[in-house]
Amino acid sequence: MTVEPLVLGALERTTETDVIIIGGGATGAGLARDCSRRGIKCVLFERGDLATGATGRNHGLLHSGARYAVTDRDSAKECIEENYILRKIARHCVDETDGLFITLPEDDLEYQKNFIKACQDAGIAAEALEPKDAKELEPSANPSLIGAVKVPDGVIDPFRLTVANMLDAVKHGAKCYTYHEVMAILKEGARVVGVRVLDKLSKEEYEVRAQVVVNASGIWGTLIGSLAGVDIKMFPTRGTLLIMGHRINQLVINRCRKPADADILVPGDTVCLIGTTSIPIKFSQLDTTRVSYQEVELLITEGAKLCPKLTTARKIRCYAGSRPLVADEADTTGRKTSRHLVLMDHEKRDGLSGFITITGGKLITYRLMAEKATDLICEKLKLKVPCDTATAVLPGSGESPDKILRKVAPLAPTVRAAIVSRHGDLAPLVESDTPSASSLVCECELVSVGEIKHAIESLAVHNLVDLRRRVRIGMGPCQGELCVGRATGLMTAAKLCTPDKAPGELASFLEERWKGIYPLNWGETIRESEFVMWLYQSICGLTRADSPNPAPPEHLEDEAPTESP
Amino acid sequence: MNPLLSTNFDACTKCTICTEYCPVSQVRPAFAGPKQSGPDGERQRLKDAAFYSEALKYCTNCKRCEVACPSNVHIGDEIALARKKFAPYNLSPRDAILSHTDFMGSMATMAAPIVNFMANLAPTKFFLDKFLGIPSWRSFPRYANKTFRAWFSDNAPDQSVYKDTVTLFHGCFVNYNNPSLGKDALKLLNALGVGVRLLAGERCCGVPLIASGFFQDALDNATTNKASIEKALENTERIVIPSSTCTMTLRDEYPEVLQIDNSSWRDRIDLLPRYFYRLLEEGRELKFKPMEKVVAYHTACHMEKLGWTAYSIDLLRLIPGIKLILLPSLCCGIAGTYGFKKENSPTAQKIGEPLFDLIKGSGCSLVVSECETCKMQIEMCTGLPCENPVTILADALI
Repeated sequence: MTVEPLVLGALERTTETDVIIIGGGATGAGLARDCSRRGIKCVLFERGDLATGATGRNHGLLHSGARYAVTDRDSAKECIEENYILRKIARHCVDETDGLFITLPEDDLEYQKNFIKACQDAGIAAEALEPKDAKELEPSANPSLIGAVKVPDGVIDPFRLTVANMLDAVKHGAKCYTYHEVMAILKEGARVVGVRVLDKLSKEEYEVRAQVVVNASGIWGTLIGSLAGVDIKMFPTRGTLLIMGHRINQLVINRCRKPADADILVPGDTVCLIGTTSIPIKFSQLDTTRVSYQEVELLITEGAKLCPKLTTARKIRCYAGSRPLVADEADTTGRKTSRHLVLMDHEKRDGLSGFITITGGKLITYRLMAEKATDLICEKLKLKVPCDTATAVLPGSGESPDKILRKVAPLAPTVRAAIVSRHGDLAPLVESDTPSASSLVCECELVSVGEIKHAIESLAVHNLVDLRRRVRIGMGPCQGELCVGRATGLMTAAKLCTPDKAPGELASFLEERWKGIYPLNWGETIRESEFVMWLYQSICGLTRADSPNPAPPEHLEDEAPTESP
Repeated sequence: MNPLLSTNFDACTKCTICTEYCPVSQVRPAFAGPKQSGPDGERQRLKDAAFYSEALKYCTNCKRCEVACPSNVHIGDEIALARKKFAPYNLSPRDAILSHTDFMGSMATMAAPIVNFMANLAPTKFFLDKFLGIPSWRSFPRYANKTFRAWFSDNAPDQSVYKDTVTLFHGCFVNYNNPSLGKDALKLLNALGVGVRLLAGERCCGVPLIASGFFQDALDNATTNKASIEKALENTERIVIPSSTCTMTLRDEYPEVLQIDNSSWRDRIDLLPRYFYRLLEEGRELKFKPMEKVVAYHTACHMEKLGWTAYSIDLLRLIPGIKLILLPSLCCGIAGTYGFKKENSPTAQKIGEPLFDLIKGSGCSLVVSECETCKMQIEMCTGLPCENPVTILADALI
């Protein structure tokens, strides 16, 4: 069977459709998939690239729900159900690692008993391990642990997941427009009839009409709501994570206690991530997520309690995202938030028809959120089509890696393994049978020329940073030192960039990397960043003037944590 | 250090200078080079064993990558450790023959004249080439009629007359193939007023076993040697070794690759020229007769790793009349048993070519190297004799 090529980005403009989805995170992409599979015409508008908000800025944890079992059984149940669904429908995005909840001498071992009971009540397989067995299972875990529980946690790649959902949506007729910002919500009386979008690449604005507009823009949902004239109260809370240079742990390591800061260490692809913090921020700070040294220090200190090796292992970068925490509408004080998915029918809530908001929730519940929202859309469009997203596998997840491996035959077996791990059963679409196609662009993450060409041609890549989200270039320890120059060349060859704009493209990629490096720029990290600077600035002559944002960055001062708005 | 806690490969800044210095990468594109096979590959292998590449066996374990690395990453060790962890068990009889030097040596020396005669017969060579994969054009080291150990116990002069004593780790090559180098070492040490003992039980250091993937056998040898060395060091100050590779193995491969703790005695393992140098610094003397020869010094890869070429060079310069040429530090390609394997021999020859050309063009009549397999390779490929500096110093001794 040959693999059918899919092209993610839509070329033609759409002016009329059934449903407009605002936001290209996991939820938006999941919605596009669900709608299109149910035969509803839909278009998705994303102001940047796919998975740039909270979707791409979390642990990538395939929650078993154990973390919520004690405090929030409903969430826990949702998690474990979605967990097993995603293992089946998105297996090329999932790493079935399992997870440990460890009890340290300073923790209360009593909590473990409640925890196991709560997990069992929620339907989560939780197995208590002897400390000796736990240490054997996960040698990097703190050796002073006095108890451990094994749960079916796992890891999920949010970028790959979002792209796979969008590919399936496109396959079923949906249209995907990245770099399209919604400037206005069009209303006729008490009815939303469409949106006016700005194509940020051509700088042109145009109107698109639809029967239903869905606000799936995460924490930015408040702003979209205000464009429609409805008040959605949200509390942006920054969560910061720190990435280590290699995969230290093989299982997810959690603390068996009431959830707190920096108590989850997740092995993600070639790295591992410790997080998170939880700091309330202002809406004005949403698009300038900065990380402070204090947060980094907290992550290292607390993280080392899970896994002592974190103190010595190299840190490569940090990043922060904003949780889409929504005010609990039942709570009159307006300060309580919910971690549940929140579906708002603005017709019932605000008397504004044709407008829906889906927000809250977690990465792992994106599919369920999409299902609930699509059910409501169907109701509004008077359709009765059942949802099949829990059983239909995503593009890429159709076949087992062993079978796919036999269909791909590049020269180096490691390159082949990398392509299959990132593209699943779509791997045969990646050109890999010539020495030049299988030669490496990104050596840390084993990204070949063929894979970059595939991403450029079919995965809606507009710049180097988009390319990174598709194929992991520049996500390894050197943060773009070797690959970014080579990738710029390939982008230029593909006419996505011109030779005169290439230095700017290169500079903005390096600046984006630098944002995540500077708060932890010491030790091995500073040796690397100095080396990159030496290469690009001193040898290649790249200067700040080449950057599209030549103003000096404002990140050099730490901001104090702010009050919630 | 517990390898689970080691984050050594984290220090790699991806500068790629190791790959620039890798003799194999230059001539064999199938080998991804030290950076890709070592620190880069390690990150992938931690994720999934599917990222282990069989091409790691093309690494010669020359350690030039480690010398080149500005970040002190133990690249060669990492490659060896990855092979130890992931490579399928080596079932090749050829590799077993090539790497089990003690067994082969003790068998062969029992009937050395026959073995040496047979080994150079065309039918034998044909058989070795076709069925075992050892190229027929290679010359083999000759086996001695009597091992060095046997000679030492029967014929060595009384060593108890010397106040100071040192323990000689002779190595397999001296024992089975080249006992005269052991005798030369004895001659020089005695001339410096130092008596010699041998280890009660000496086994092959294990480097050929590591190279062919027989890690358990290497570990067994290392464990025996560790016990013998610790016993010997109760009565003698140092262990001295004529071979650069054995020295490097005992000092660095034991802790890094075999996880044998040698921290209490690592610094007491010395290469012979370095030990001689120490004694001369202390004020002892050696008197040399003139030697009117052009001699080219070749830095073996493991000498490069030890960083001790200066001792040998300074010592050789004590010989009056000697004209010493320092060759650029290049790999000769043989890398122990690597070049004896048919699938590797074209690579080995290609790696060595620039060095052979330099030697042939230098006008020297003798090459010097502390490495026994460099000796075999250089002698075969240049037609010139290649000797350990110990032999040259002993020859010049008055």
